[in-house]
Amino acid sequence: MAITFEHVDFTYQAGTPMANPALTDISFSAPDNCFLALIGHTGSGKSTLIQQINALLKPTAGKITIDDFTITPKTTNADLKPLRRHVGMVFQFPESQLFAETVRQDIAFGPQNFGMSETDALALADQMLETVGLKAEYADRSPFELSGGQMRRVAIAGVLAMQPQVLILDEPTAGLDPQGRQEMMSLFGRLHREQGLSIILVTHQMEDVAQYAEQVAVMRQGRLVKYGSTREIFSDPQWLFENQLEEPIAAQFAQGLSRRGMTWASLPLTAEELADQLASRWPKGGQADV
Amino acid sequence: MSSILFGRYLPLNSIVHRLDPRAKLLLSFFYIVLVFMANSLWSYVILIVMTLGAILASKINLGFFLKGIRPLLWLIIFTVVVQMLFSPVGGHTYFHWAFLRVTTLGIITSGVIAIRFLLIIMTSTLLTLTTQPLDIATGLASLMAPLRWVKVPVDTLAMMLSIALRFVPTLMDEAVKIMNAQRARGVDFGEGNLFKQAHSLIPLMIPLFMSAFNRAEDLSIAMEARGYQDSEHRSQYRILTWHHRDTVTWLIFLIGFAAILVFRRW
Repeated sequence: MAITFEHVDFTYQAGTPMANPALTDISFSAPDNCFLALIGHTGSGKSTLIQQINALLKPTAGKITIDDFTITPKTTNADLKPLRRHVGMVFQFPESQLFAETVRQDIAFGPQNFGMSETDALALADQMLETVGLKAEYADRSPFELSGGQMRRVAIAGVLAMQPQVLILDEPTAGLDPQGRQEMMSLFGRLHREQGLSIILVTHQMEDVAQYAEQVAVMRQGRLVKYGSTREIFSDPQWLFENQLEEPIAAQFAQGLSRRGMTWASLPLTAEELADQLASRWPKGGQADV
Repeated sequence: MSSILFGRYLPLNSIVHRLDPRAKLLLSFFYIVLVFMANSLWSYVILIVMTLGAILASKINLGFFLKGIRPLLWLIIFTVVVQMLFSPVGGHTYFHWAFLRVTTLGIITSGVIAIRFLLIIMTSTLLTLTTQPLDIATGLASLMAPLRWVKVPVDTLAMMLSIALRFVPTLMDEAVKIMNAQRARGVDFGEGNLFKQAHSLIPLMIPLFMSAFNRAEDLSIAMEARGYQDSEHRSQYRILTWHHRDTVTWLIFLIGFAAILVFRRW
């Protein structure tokens, strides 16, 4: 589903002395089947922006178009429920949304709200449990008995069970251990590649941006300051530095080598690209002192 | 719901905000006592002038203030109608059906009740709008201090009160977050019949309780790790000091209170 923002403004508690502008004049367009990373400082408006996409917050001015759906300040809630089915939202620390008696029932909750029969929803739940990499035996357990990482997977399965076409992820790997983080990110990469899911990822992990994202949007103080392909965004280290954003570690490492006289065909952004480019310089079969 | 102002704090810099919370608590208390004692036209005029004066001094926009009270208007109207229909019979009867009758006395008493209701709501809203919850708790604890002599655990009660108040906004935020997550999963809060609405609360209440218990556990561990003991005599971070402005405010209000007692029909 293609997503278009046209001059979107949003103010919290508009019309009161506590009014607090959070988004100013946001315009961009993300193509169908995109993997868009949203980066920027804490408080730059990332979380507010993503809540506009499934209309949990409605813009105070401007217009958002998601395929056939249009959200303006005047759109009513009744018109928005079908949209929420198509746009799945994984909030920060989504494990706090678990409530049902068993894992299976919790995952089946979303689809049932959108009119799926109980039998179908429960069967789908078992399937989703497998998708997020949990064993079938967890299905009958209480979600509150699970570990933090497992609860997170169940919560994500609960969103995937609605079979959305757009998946919004708000720092989905925060608080996970390195292995859990990697597994989680490769799951999202797979869903994007194999099922054509559009993904919008809010993150502070530049390595994840470099490895998975196709487009990057940079937010600063409620404004969209840069929008482009991942390579474009990371190609200007000076600009990143001025905006207090880091480059991925691999790019930092490559630039350290540049300062010592090494040149690159294109700046490596991920560890794999870095390794490939380095390996190509070594004579075949030769050994190097490291 | 969110339009109700009562219980919220509005950070501004005014003389009312800077008053000692004890002064404000006691003034509100005596004010409410006097609202119930007032019974003549002039005593109500003085009460209304005092309230409006206090709101003006707090620098809070009067329109904003009244808009925040509007949701409570239905409660007042309901009370007034009940009072009008069931009050004791007196004066001319305007309407009569079975045991219901509207009489002159009924109209007067219900009018009085509406004014009392409004004045009390306005004053208590002003108190919370201009006083931070923790200051209210500290003020209450300080006012309860004499009860120590009869072995009331005042410090523990004050600690409980301030923790409870401190976590109200935290739990509100948490509730909003969970509601958003469940709305994204297709729950319609506040729609459908009563049964449906009650049912939609389950996915909100269970996670909210879970998170409240987890927070309580974390907090108690953090407090114990820093050596909190409830029996020891504890010092305080917030120390209240009584300023001249508190005395002056009290004097102004005392004059008002005295005037009300003078104009009251005894």
